[in-house]
Amino acid sequence: MTGTNPTVAPSESNGALATTVSSSAPGGLVKSVVELDRVVIRLAGDSGDGMQLTGNRFTSETASFGNDLKTLPNFPAEIRAPTGTLPGVSSFQLQFADHDVMTPGDAPDVLVAMNPAALKANLSELPGGGLLILDSDEFTPRNLAKVGYATNPIEDGSLEGWQTVSVPLTSMTTDALKDSGLGKKEAERSKNMFTLGLLSWMYHRPTEGTVRFLERQFRRKPEIAAANIAAFRAGYNYGDTTEAFAVSYEIKPAPMRPGRYRNISGNQALALGLVAAGQRSGLPVFLGAYPITPASDILHELSRHKAFGVRTFQAEDEIAGIGAALGASFGGALGITTTSGPGVALKAETIGLAVMTELPLVIVDVQRGGPSTGLPTKTEQSDLLQAMFGRNGEAPIPVIAPRSPGDCFDAAVEAARMALTYRTPVMLLSDGYLANGAEPWAIPDADSLPDLTSAVAFATEPNGEDGEFLPYLRDPETLARAWAIPGTAGMQHRIGGLEKADKTGNISYDPANHDFMTRTRQAKIDGIAASIPLTDVDDPDGDARVAVIGWGSTYGPIGAAARRIRSSGRKVAQIHLRHINPFPADLGEVLARYDRVICPEMNLGQLSLLLRAKYLVDIESHTQVRGLPFRAAELAAVIQDAIDTVNPAAVNPAVNGALQ
Amino acid sequence: MTTVELGMPDAPTPIDAAIARSLEQHGPKVTELKGKDFKTDQEVRWCPGCGDYVILNAVQSFLPSLGIAREDMVIVSGIGCSSRFPYYMNTYGMHSIHGRAPAIATGLAASRPDLSVWVVTGDGDALSIGGNHLIHALRRNVDMTILLFNNRIYGLTKGQYSPTSEVGKVTKSTPMGSLDHPFNPVSLAIGADATFVGRAMDSDRKGLTEVLRQAAEHKGTSLVEIYQNCNIFNDGAFELLKDPATGPMWTVPLVHGEPLVFGPGGASCVVRDDFGGLRIAETNQVDASEIVVHDATREDPSYAFALSRLSTQDLRYTPMGVFRKVQKPSYEAMMSEQLDEARLQGPGDLDALLAGGDTWEVKA
Repeated sequence: MTGTNPTVAPSESNGALATTVSSSAPGGLVKSVVELDRVVIRLAGDSGDGMQLTGNRFTSETASFGNDLKTLPNFPAEIRAPTGTLPGVSSFQLQFADHDVMTPGDAPDVLVAMNPAALKANLSELPGGGLLILDSDEFTPRNLAKVGYATNPIEDGSLEGWQTVSVPLTSMTTDALKDSGLGKKEAERSKNMFTLGLLSWMYHRPTEGTVRFLERQFRRKPEIAAANIAAFRAGYNYGDTTEAFAVSYEIKPAPMRPGRYRNISGNQALALGLVAAGQRSGLPVFLGAYPITPASDILHELSRHKAFGVRTFQAEDEIAGIGAALGASFGGALGITTTSGPGVALKAETIGLAVMTELPLVIVDVQRGGPSTGLPTKTEQSDLLQAMFGRNGEAPIPVIAPRSPGDCFDAAVEAARMALTYRTPVMLLSDGYLANGAEPWAIPDADSLPDLTSAVAFATEPNGEDGEFLPYLRDPETLARAWAIPGTAGMQHRIGGLEKADKTGNISYDPANHDFMTRTRQAKIDGIAASIPLTDVDDPDGDARVAVIGWGSTYGPIGAAARRIRSSGRKVAQIHLRHINPFPADLGEVLARYDRVICPEMNLGQLSLLLRAKYLVDIESHTQVRGLPFRAAELAAVIQDAIDTVNPAAVNPAVNGALQ
Repeated sequence: MTTVELGMPDAPTPIDAAIARSLEQHGPKVTELKGKDFKTDQEVRWCPGCGDYVILNAVQSFLPSLGIAREDMVIVSGIGCSSRFPYYMNTYGMHSIHGRAPAIATGLAASRPDLSVWVVTGDGDALSIGGNHLIHALRRNVDMTILLFNNRIYGLTKGQYSPTSEVGKVTKSTPMGSLDHPFNPVSLAIGADATFVGRAMDSDRKGLTEVLRQAAEHKGTSLVEIYQNCNIFNDGAFELLKDPATGPMWTVPLVHGEPLVFGPGGASCVVRDDFGGLRIAETNQVDASEIVVHDATREDPSYAFALSRLSTQDLRYTPMGVFRKVQKPSYEAMMSEQLDEARLQGPGDLDALLAGGDTWEVKA
């Protein structure tokens, strides 16, 4: 990797680096500016300290400045665990760079710890020499005791391995707000904005967006808005004038394809994709959902778009959520339900009904750590087999997965396309990392999105030879059944969960018919492969002998690992699947080309199992279920090992073979 | 690419277009129908003598009086004997999964307020596995009519006790008698603040039709409990009320605006008790002014609830008719209003939505 860690000690950086530019600050203080190509910052504090908000604001500033970025929010399931304790620590990590980045970074270069608990929970991940910013006001004997510090780490020398800057963030905030009319407790709450101001100065972030945001956010409480803005500015000015920070950093905008951009999280992108699918198909969108972490934000977002004819229904439970969505689909709407793994378990029977009634339905599973309640706020990919097989009977459904927060938009549109075209429930597997993570997103033109109107062809005329309507007469190409909606005269018909006779849809217990219908439902889903792209292989030279295959949110870490591998002179092919059921038509053939195929997953090998079963390929599964995304360096080591075993001579000697 | 103005309030959706095409092909909606128009070609497969036949016939003969076209009617059912009902009705229908019909019907009714949505369910389907959906449907008041066939037994699974079976019921799964106390479906519905609650007997064509008519005309969720005889597993469950000798003695007919007097010669009546509830009295022992005059439109559900508590597990003093009929805004109407209100600011602009608030431009 080419990134360099920021360094703060003036003696090391002042004039020492070619990229350092000196400038004059008020009071005659000489400040220098160091140019970096990338930085990873982690903000950590109590779950009541507003770290997620601070992180999101810093992300927006960074995005609008033009850096590429990826974020990793990491917070406990408890809304407010006891203040100052380890379980209550919430953090937000962000990597931003002057080039495209694929992950939020393996480890932070800068750690901001708002209290002793945040320090204790995160310090082990800050590499030696990293910059550590602490709120000294919070390192009180009581707070230290809460997390088992016998002595104050700021004073006992235990932080000597890092560049520690201890700043009284809380008291500086209250000082700055002493004329605001707010009480001390209330004023203290703005310390996150003070911190944001300081970081904004350190990294030359544009500040207007945050000021506008605070004005908008607190428009009904102008005094709170004013206090937060004052704290934000005070933090900025503090950075500008203090001797504690003699260096600030510049990360130039990343070259991106021309166009208009915004910052977007996975859940936001997914919700917008669903609205877009409604607009592009012309169908009213109906969401039936029950609140569940980490999917609820999709419900929140969609509930704001009533002007697009989007109906959102907060149901009494997960089953009612999908039931209502399926009922709406029967009436001709684009029925959608959003949930996480435990909710999918509850919806299984209704998904089966949608398979049997062959109605379109989009099921979004924002996966989290399992089983059972598991790790509600942490990420995992362990619902793949549930998505594939978690129903009674032979009940195949298409499964697709987005690869990045912005890609959730396209995946949502694609899920709707498959559901409408093939009259089938479709499972979209997002995860907690994609849902809450954010990245810059090139805003598409609405007119450039897929036109889904042809996927919706409601039957209005009898299709039978005797002038009757046959609801299970199929399109010969897609095998989709005829879809007539209530309100259409002469097309009355009954559907349900009992096995259907071919064509008529009447109840049938005939053995041959059941065999035929079971195979036909499977053939319909298998046939979707004809409408999806062939396997996307990223292999710059086309002669790699080792491939890494992944799906979903591991795209970033695998991609970052592949870059490291390639920069070490080795060759690796990256295959990333969007469609998991059906697979791209040529996947088996593609996999057979490689000597070794490695499959990293945040589960215990679910895609590996599918690939091995289907293609008889000896997939090597590499798994991890820590509730966090893979680290690129770890993946790179695994891949390197595989490559060097296959062909040690393949390493380009000019680059000495070592991973950087 | 051609620009299609999709999803705009004035632009027809594919749903509107399909219905318009259907009108072109078939002419105006046919609402003058006969009972036989609602029959399908499917062979009815209930046991001979089942009370469901009687209900099916009553429904088919009364539906034409509502003036609703067949294609505008949807019947959603769950699982159980009663839930085969949609197959025999020449309307749109969905025979869904156990207990979930109210949820499925809610989604349909909420997204298609133009349809007449019906749910057909049974005591096991609605009150056991689907209890949660039933109470939430009732409190939400989505415009739909729920017919709850109560035979106080599980028929399709061959004779286990149900959540409405009387305590001590000896069945295959309770050889020493059932232990759990039954639900009174009418009490449950009123407890959930249902806006329309009625009860009728399968064999009483006139009474059943009258309650069904009022239920169908009610805007909001209507629940009609229909006592239905299962002649295989629970024969004679309602004999006390059906038998001409005992029926009048134990049935309390509910007629809006009429005093609650019943029994041979009007010997019994309903009066208020000392605790805010109701009790049965001998008519000749009380002053006429003490006799309660039935008012189904009382906003406060306490009265209707007290009425529902008059009956005992063994069906003595069973009120039949409409317990409660009050007007409240229906869910799908309010949902549509919110959509209209949101559109007052202008129809959704997809490009503006995708752009959001803060954007930046990367120049070539």
